[in-house]
Amino acid sequence: MDERTAADAPAAGEGDGAASERSTAVRDSLAVGIATAIYGISFGALAVAAGLDVWQTCFLSLVMFTGGSQFALVGVLASGGVAAGGSAIATAAMLGIRNVVYGMRMKPIVDDVDPVTGRGSIWLRVAAAWVTIDESTAVALAQPNDRAARVGFWVTGITIFVGWNLTTLAGALIGDAIGDTRAWGLDAAAAAAFLGLLWPRLKRFQAGAVAVAAAVVATLATPVLMPGLPVLVAAVVAVVVGWFNLFDRRRAS
Amino acid sequence: MTTWHIILIASAATLALKLVGHLVPAGFLERERPARIADLLTVALLAALIAVQTLGAGQEIVVDARVPALIVAAALYALRVPFIVVVAVAALVAAGIRALG
Repeated sequence: MDERTAADAPAAGEGDGAASERSTAVRDSLAVGIATAIYGISFGALAVAAGLDVWQTCFLSLVMFTGGSQFALVGVLASGGVAAGGSAIATAAMLGIRNVVYGMRMKPIVDDVDPVTGRGSIWLRVAAAWVTIDESTAVALAQPNDRAARVGFWVTGITIFVGWNLTTLAGALIGDAIGDTRAWGLDAAAAAAFLGLLWPRLKRFQAGAVAVAAAVVATLATPVLMPGLPVLVAAVVAVVVGWFNLFDRRRAS
Repeated sequence: MTTWHIILIASAATLALKLVGHLVPAGFLERERPARIADLLTVALLAALIAVQTLGAGQEIVVDARVPALIVAAALYALRVPFIVVVAVAALVAAGIRALG
Protein backbone atom coordinates (compact mmCIF):
# COMPACT_ATOMS: atom_id res chain seq x y z
CA MET A 1 0.00 0.00 0.00
CA ASP A 2 1.31 3.48 -0.45
CA GLU A 3 2.50 6.03 2.04
CA ARG A 4 1.94 9.14 -0.01
CA THR A 5 -1.40 9.71 1.68
CA ALA A 6 0.30 9.45 5.05
CA ALA A 7 2.98 11.95 4.06
CA ASP A 8 0.23 14.34 2.95
CA ALA A 9 -1.69 14.02 6.18
CA PRO A 10 -1.51 17.18 8.27
CA ALA A 11 1.01 17.00 11.08
CA ALA A 12 -0.49 17.12 14.53
CA GLY A 13 -0.33 20.51 16.23
CA GLU A 14 2.05 20.90 19.16
CA GLY A 15 1.26 22.16 22.60
CA ASP A 16 -2.50 21.80 22.24
CA GLY A 17 -2.74 19.22 25.01
CA ALA A 18 -3.02 15.46 24.89
CA ALA A 19 -6.72 15.35 23.99
CA SER A 20 -6.19 17.55 20.97
CA GLU A 21 -3.18 15.53 19.86
CA ARG A 22 -5.25 12.39 20.18
CA SER A 23 -8.10 13.77 18.12
CA THR A 24 -5.63 14.96 15.47
CA ALA A 25 -4.20 11.44 15.39
CA VAL A 26 -7.69 10.00 14.94
CA ARG A 27 -8.45 12.46 12.14
CA ASP A 28 -5.17 11.66 10.32
CA SER A 29 -5.86 7.95 10.73
CA LEU A 30 -9.38 8.07 9.35
CA ALA A 31 -8.35 10.22 6.37
CA VAL A 32 -5.51 7.88 5.42
CA GLY A 33 -7.44 4.75 6.35
CA ILE A 34 -10.53 5.46 4.29
CA ALA A 35 -8.54 6.66 1.26
CA THR A 36 -6.43 3.51 1.36
CA ALA A 37 -9.27 1.11 2.00
CA ILE A 38 -11.12 2.24 -1.13
CA TYR A 39 -8.55 0.81 -3.47
CA GLY A 40 -9.19 -2.67 -2.17
CA ILE A 41 -11.74 -2.57 -5.00
CA SER A 42 -8.94 -2.65 -7.57
CA PHE A 43 -7.22 -5.51 -5.74
CA GLY A 44 -10.43 -7.56 -5.65
CA ALA A 45 -11.13 -7.04 -9.35
CA LEU A 46 -7.53 -7.79 -10.40
CA ALA A 47 -7.29 -10.92 -8.25
CA VAL A 48 -10.40 -12.40 -9.86
CA ALA A 49 -9.09 -11.38 -13.28
CA ALA A 50 -5.88 -13.32 -12.47
CA GLY A 51 -7.93 -16.48 -11.98
CA LEU A 52 -8.52 -16.51 -8.22
CA ASP A 53 -12.02 -17.17 -6.94
CA VAL A 54 -13.83 -14.81 -4.58
CA TRP A 55 -12.86 -16.86 -1.47
CA GLN A 56 -9.19 -16.93 -2.38
CA THR A 57 -9.24 -13.21 -3.03
CA CYS A 58 -10.86 -12.44 0.32
CA PHE A 59 -8.49 -14.81 2.14
CA LEU A 60 -5.52 -12.81 0.87
CA SER A 61 -6.95 -9.54 2.15
CA LEU A 62 -7.80 -11.09 5.52
CA VAL A 63 -4.56 -12.95 6.20
CA MET A 64 -1.82 -11.55 3.98
CA PHE A 65 -3.16 -8.00 4.39
CA THR A 66 -0.28 -6.11 2.83
CA GLY A 67 -1.18 -4.48 -0.46
CA GLY A 68 2.15 -4.68 -2.28
CA SER A 69 2.50 -8.43 -1.70
CA GLN A 70 -1.15 -9.05 -2.58
CA PHE A 71 -0.91 -7.18 -5.90
CA ALA A 72 2.40 -8.89 -6.65
CA LEU A 73 1.08 -12.39 -5.95
CA VAL A 74 -1.90 -12.01 -8.27
CA GLY A 75 0.23 -10.14 -10.86
CA VAL A 76 2.71 -13.00 -11.16
CA LEU A 77 -0.09 -15.60 -11.20
CA ALA A 78 -1.81 -13.60 -13.96
CA SER A 79 1.31 -13.75 -16.15
CA GLY A 80 2.51 -17.27 -15.35
CA GLY A 81 -0.40 -19.19 -13.87
CA VAL A 82 0.00 -21.85 -11.19
CA ALA A 83 3.30 -22.92 -12.81
CA ALA A 84 4.77 -19.60 -11.62
CA GLY A 85 3.60 -20.31 -8.05
CA GLY A 86 7.13 -20.44 -6.63
CA SER A 87 8.00 -17.06 -8.10
CA ALA A 88 4.69 -15.62 -6.94
CA ILE A 89 5.35 -16.74 -3.35
CA ALA A 90 8.95 -15.46 -3.42
CA THR A 91 7.93 -12.07 -4.82
CA ALA A 92 5.15 -11.62 -2.27
CA ALA A 93 7.44 -12.66 0.59
CA MET A 94 10.27 -10.34 -0.47
CA LEU A 95 7.86 -7.42 -0.71
CA GLY A 96 6.78 -8.31 2.82
CA ILE A 97 10.30 -7.89 4.23
CA ARG A 98 9.75 -4.16 4.78
CA ASN A 99 7.04 -5.05 7.29
CA VAL A 100 9.77 -6.53 9.52
CA VAL A 101 11.38 -3.10 9.66
CA TYR A 102 8.02 -1.45 10.35
CA GLY A 103 7.31 -3.95 13.13
CA MET A 104 10.60 -3.16 14.84
CA ARG A 105 9.74 0.54 14.74
CA MET A 106 6.17 0.05 15.98
CA LYS A 107 6.95 -2.47 18.73
CA PRO A 108 8.00 0.07 21.41
CA ILE A 109 4.98 2.24 20.56
CA VAL A 110 2.27 -0.45 20.71
CA ASP A 111 3.74 -2.61 23.47
CA ASP A 112 1.56 -2.34 26.56
CA VAL A 113 3.90 -3.93 29.06
CA ASP A 114 2.34 -5.42 32.19
CA PRO A 115 3.91 -3.68 35.23
CA VAL A 116 3.89 -6.92 37.28
CA THR A 117 5.27 -9.45 34.83
CA GLY A 118 7.16 -7.00 32.66
CA ARG A 119 5.80 -8.73 29.58
CA GLY A 120 3.42 -7.53 26.88
CA SER A 121 0.30 -9.44 25.87
CA ILE A 122 1.06 -11.92 23.10
CA TRP A 123 -2.36 -11.41 21.50
CA LEU A 124 -1.93 -7.66 21.41
CA ARG A 125 1.40 -8.15 19.67
CA VAL A 126 -0.08 -10.56 17.13
CA ALA A 127 -2.90 -8.09 16.42
CA ALA A 128 -0.38 -5.26 16.09
CA ALA A 129 1.76 -7.35 13.73
CA TRP A 130 -1.32 -8.21 11.66
CA VAL A 131 -2.10 -4.54 10.99
CA THR A 132 1.53 -3.44 10.57
CA ILE A 133 1.57 -2.00 7.05
CA ASP A 134 2.90 1.08 5.25
CA GLU A 135 0.03 3.33 6.27
CA SER A 136 -0.37 2.43 9.95
CA THR A 137 3.39 2.84 10.40
CA ALA A 138 3.51 6.12 8.47
CA VAL A 139 0.62 7.68 10.42
CA ALA A 140 2.14 6.56 13.75
CA LEU A 141 5.54 8.02 12.85
CA ALA A 142 3.93 11.34 11.84
CA GLN A 143 2.52 11.92 15.35
CA PRO A 144 4.27 14.19 17.88
CA ASN A 145 4.45 11.69 20.79
CA ASP A 146 4.06 8.01 21.68
CA ARG A 147 0.47 8.29 22.95
CA ALA A 148 -0.76 9.91 19.74
CA ALA A 149 1.40 7.49 17.73
CA ARG A 150 -0.31 4.53 19.41
CA VAL A 151 -3.74 5.95 18.59
CA GLY A 152 -2.65 6.66 15.01
CA PHE A 153 -1.26 3.16 14.55
CA TRP A 154 -4.35 1.33 15.81
CA VAL A 155 -7.03 3.55 14.26
CA THR A 156 -5.31 3.55 10.86
CA GLY A 157 -4.61 -0.19 10.96
CA ILE A 158 -8.11 -1.20 12.03
CA THR A 159 -9.86 1.24 9.66
CA ILE A 160 -7.89 -0.12 6.72
CA PHE A 161 -8.33 -3.73 7.81
CA VAL A 162 -12.13 -3.44 7.92
CA GLY A 163 -12.40 -1.23 4.83
CA TRP A 164 -9.86 -3.13 2.74
CA ASN A 165 -11.66 -6.44 3.31
CA LEU A 166 -15.07 -5.01 2.46
CA THR A 167 -13.82 -3.33 -0.72
CA THR A 168 -11.88 -6.47 -1.70
CA LEU A 169 -15.11 -8.46 -1.61
CA ALA A 170 -16.91 -5.76 -3.62
CA GLY A 171 -14.08 -5.66 -6.17
CA ALA A 172 -13.99 -9.45 -6.47
CA LEU A 173 -17.73 -9.58 -7.14
CA ILE A 174 -17.41 -6.83 -9.76
CA GLY A 175 -14.42 -8.58 -11.36
CA ASP A 176 -16.37 -11.83 -11.41
CA ALA A 177 -19.24 -10.15 -13.26
CA ILE A 178 -17.34 -8.38 -16.02
CA GLY A 179 -15.71 -11.35 -17.77
CA ASP A 180 -13.20 -10.24 -20.44
CA THR A 181 -10.71 -8.29 -18.32
CA ARG A 182 -8.47 -7.19 -21.18
CA ALA A 183 -11.33 -5.42 -22.94
CA TRP A 184 -11.91 -3.50 -19.70
CA GLY A 185 -8.25 -2.55 -19.48
CA LEU A 186 -7.69 -4.36 -16.18
CA ASP A 187 -4.18 -5.40 -17.25
CA ALA A 188 -3.26 -1.73 -17.60
CA ALA A 189 -4.98 -1.02 -14.28
CA ALA A 190 -2.65 -3.54 -12.62
CA ALA A 191 0.41 -1.76 -14.02
CA ALA A 192 -0.98 1.57 -12.82
CA ALA A 193 -1.58 0.08 -9.37
CA PHE A 194 2.06 -1.04 -9.10
CA LEU A 195 3.14 2.43 -10.24
CA GLY A 196 1.01 3.96 -7.50
CA LEU A 197 2.74 1.79 -4.89
CA LEU A 198 6.16 2.70 -6.29
CA TRP A 199 5.59 6.45 -6.77
CA PRO A 200 6.02 7.66 -3.15
CA ARG A 201 9.24 5.64 -2.87
CA LEU A 202 11.00 7.50 -5.67
CA LYS A 203 11.99 10.57 -3.68
CA ARG A 204 15.67 9.65 -3.59
CA PHE A 205 17.93 9.42 -6.64
CA GLN A 206 19.14 5.98 -5.53
CA ALA A 207 15.60 4.61 -5.52
CA GLY A 208 14.95 6.05 -8.99
CA ALA A 209 18.11 4.47 -10.35
CA VAL A 210 17.17 1.08 -8.87
CA ALA A 211 13.65 1.34 -10.30
CA VAL A 212 14.89 2.04 -13.85
CA ALA A 213 17.57 -0.69 -13.71
CA ALA A 214 15.14 -3.25 -12.28
CA ALA A 215 12.55 -2.47 -14.97
CA VAL A 216 15.18 -2.88 -17.71
CA VAL A 217 16.47 -6.16 -16.23
CA ALA A 218 12.95 -7.58 -15.92
CA THR A 219 12.10 -6.59 -19.51
CA LEU A 220 15.30 -8.09 -20.94
CA ALA A 221 14.81 -11.29 -18.92
CA THR A 222 11.17 -11.78 -19.97
CA PRO A 223 11.83 -13.53 -23.32
CA VAL A 224 14.44 -15.89 -21.86
CA LEU A 225 13.05 -16.86 -18.45
CA MET A 226 9.88 -18.52 -17.24
CA PRO A 227 7.10 -16.05 -16.28
CA GLY A 228 7.62 -14.86 -12.70
CA LEU A 229 11.41 -15.26 -12.69
CA PRO A 230 12.25 -11.91 -14.40
CA VAL A 231 10.84 -10.06 -11.38
CA LEU A 232 13.00 -12.10 -9.00
CA VAL A 233 16.12 -11.58 -11.12
CA ALA A 234 15.47 -7.83 -11.04
CA ALA A 235 15.56 -7.96 -7.23
CA VAL A 236 19.31 -8.62 -7.53
CA VAL A 237 19.65 -4.97 -8.61
CA ALA A 238 18.43 -3.87 -5.18
CA VAL A 239 20.84 -6.17 -3.36
CA VAL A 240 23.85 -4.99 -5.38
CA VAL A 241 23.01 -1.27 -5.20
CA GLY A 242 22.02 -1.53 -1.54
CA TRP A 243 25.11 -3.51 -0.53
CA PHE A 244 27.62 -1.12 -2.09
CA ASN A 245 25.40 1.94 -1.55
CA LEU A 246 25.73 2.96 -5.22
CA PHE A 247 24.08 6.12 -6.64
CA ASP A 248 23.81 7.61 -3.16
CA ARG A 249 23.02 11.25 -3.71
CA ARG A 250 19.90 13.28 -3.07
CA ARG A 251 17.95 14.29 -6.14
CA ALA A 252 18.50 17.96 -6.95
CA SER A 253 14.83 19.00 -6.93
CA MET B 1 0.88 -26.88 -6.40
CA THR B 2 -2.69 -25.57 -6.53
CA THR B 3 -3.75 -21.93 -6.28
CA TRP B 4 -4.77 -22.55 -2.66
CA HIS B 5 -1.30 -23.91 -1.80
CA ILE B 6 0.29 -20.81 -3.29
CA ILE B 7 -2.05 -18.53 -1.36
CA LEU B 8 -1.55 -20.36 1.95
CA ILE B 9 2.24 -20.49 1.71
CA ALA B 10 2.58 -16.87 0.60
CA SER B 11 0.17 -15.66 3.32
CA ALA B 12 2.00 -17.65 5.98
CA ALA B 13 5.30 -16.16 4.83
CA THR B 14 4.13 -12.53 4.84
CA LEU B 15 2.34 -12.93 8.18
CA ALA B 16 5.43 -14.56 9.69
CA LEU B 17 7.53 -11.61 8.54
CA LYS B 18 5.15 -9.18 10.26
CA LEU B 19 5.38 -11.23 13.48
CA VAL B 20 9.18 -11.33 13.30
CA GLY B 21 9.28 -7.54 13.50
CA HIS B 22 7.14 -7.48 16.65
CA LEU B 23 8.36 -10.58 18.47
CA VAL B 24 12.07 -10.74 17.75
CA PRO B 25 14.40 -8.23 19.42
CA ALA B 26 15.49 -5.47 17.07
CA GLY B 27 18.89 -6.05 15.60
CA PHE B 28 19.88 -7.14 12.16
CA LEU B 29 17.46 -5.06 10.10
CA GLU B 30 18.15 -1.93 12.13
CA ARG B 31 21.68 -1.81 10.80
CA GLU B 32 22.18 0.54 7.90
CA ARG B 33 23.02 -1.86 5.09
CA PRO B 34 20.22 -4.44 5.64
CA ALA B 35 17.70 -1.64 6.13
CA ARG B 36 18.79 -0.01 2.88
CA ILE B 37 18.59 -3.31 0.96
CA ALA B 38 15.13 -4.05 2.38
CA ASP B 39 13.99 -0.61 1.26
CA LEU B 40 15.46 -0.88 -2.26
CA LEU B 41 14.13 -4.43 -2.62
CA THR B 42 10.60 -3.03 -2.49
CA VAL B 43 11.47 -0.46 -5.16
CA ALA B 44 13.13 -3.01 -7.48
CA LEU B 45 10.30 -5.55 -7.21
CA LEU B 46 7.59 -2.96 -7.86
CA ALA B 47 9.49 -1.51 -10.84
CA ALA B 48 10.04 -4.99 -12.29
CA LEU B 49 6.35 -5.81 -11.82
CA ILE B 50 5.41 -2.59 -13.67
CA ALA B 51 7.69 -3.53 -16.58
CA VAL B 52 6.35 -7.08 -16.85
CA GLN B 53 2.74 -6.02 -16.38
CA THR B 54 3.06 -3.28 -19.04
CA LEU B 55 5.19 -5.02 -21.68
CA GLY B 56 4.95 -8.75 -21.05
CA ALA B 57 2.65 -11.19 -22.81
CA GLY B 58 3.72 -14.61 -21.64
CA GLN B 59 7.39 -14.72 -22.67
CA GLU B 60 7.04 -12.03 -25.32
CA ILE B 61 7.56 -8.28 -25.09
CA VAL B 62 4.61 -6.44 -26.64
CA VAL B 63 3.93 -2.72 -26.96
CA ASP B 64 0.17 -2.19 -26.87
CA ALA B 65 -2.56 -0.11 -25.23
CA ARG B 66 -1.02 -0.69 -21.79
CA VAL B 67 1.92 1.61 -22.59
CA PRO B 68 -0.10 4.82 -23.18
CA ALA B 69 -2.27 3.88 -20.20
CA LEU B 70 0.81 3.71 -17.96
CA ILE B 71 2.12 7.04 -19.28
CA VAL B 72 -1.22 8.68 -18.47
CA ALA B 73 -1.09 7.08 -15.00
CA ALA B 74 2.41 8.47 -14.37
CA ALA B 75 1.26 11.96 -15.38
CA LEU B 76 -1.72 11.74 -13.02
CA TYR B 77 0.40 10.54 -10.09
CA ALA B 78 2.73 13.47 -10.73
CA LEU B 79 -0.33 15.72 -10.40
CA ARG B 80 -1.13 13.97 -7.07
CA VAL B 81 -4.40 12.49 -8.31
CA PRO B 82 -5.64 9.79 -5.86
CA PHE B 83 -4.64 6.17 -6.44
CA ILE B 84 -8.10 4.77 -7.12
CA VAL B 85 -8.85 7.47 -9.73
CA VAL B 86 -5.55 6.88 -11.54
CA VAL B 87 -6.10 3.11 -11.65
CA ALA B 88 -9.59 3.60 -13.09
CA VAL B 89 -8.39 6.12 -15.70
CA ALA B 90 -5.57 3.78 -16.76
CA ALA B 91 -8.11 1.02 -17.31
CA LEU B 92 -10.32 3.40 -19.30
CA VAL B 93 -7.43 4.54 -21.53
CA ALA B 94 -6.45 0.96 -22.35
CA ALA B 95 -10.05 -0.12 -22.86
CA GLY B 96 -10.74 2.92 -25.05
CA ILE B 97 -7.73 2.32 -27.28
CA ARG B 98 -8.66 -1.36 -27.67
CA ALA B 99 -12.27 -0.50 -28.47
CA LEU B 100 -11.16 1.94 -31.20
CA GLY B 101 -8.33 -0.25 -32.55
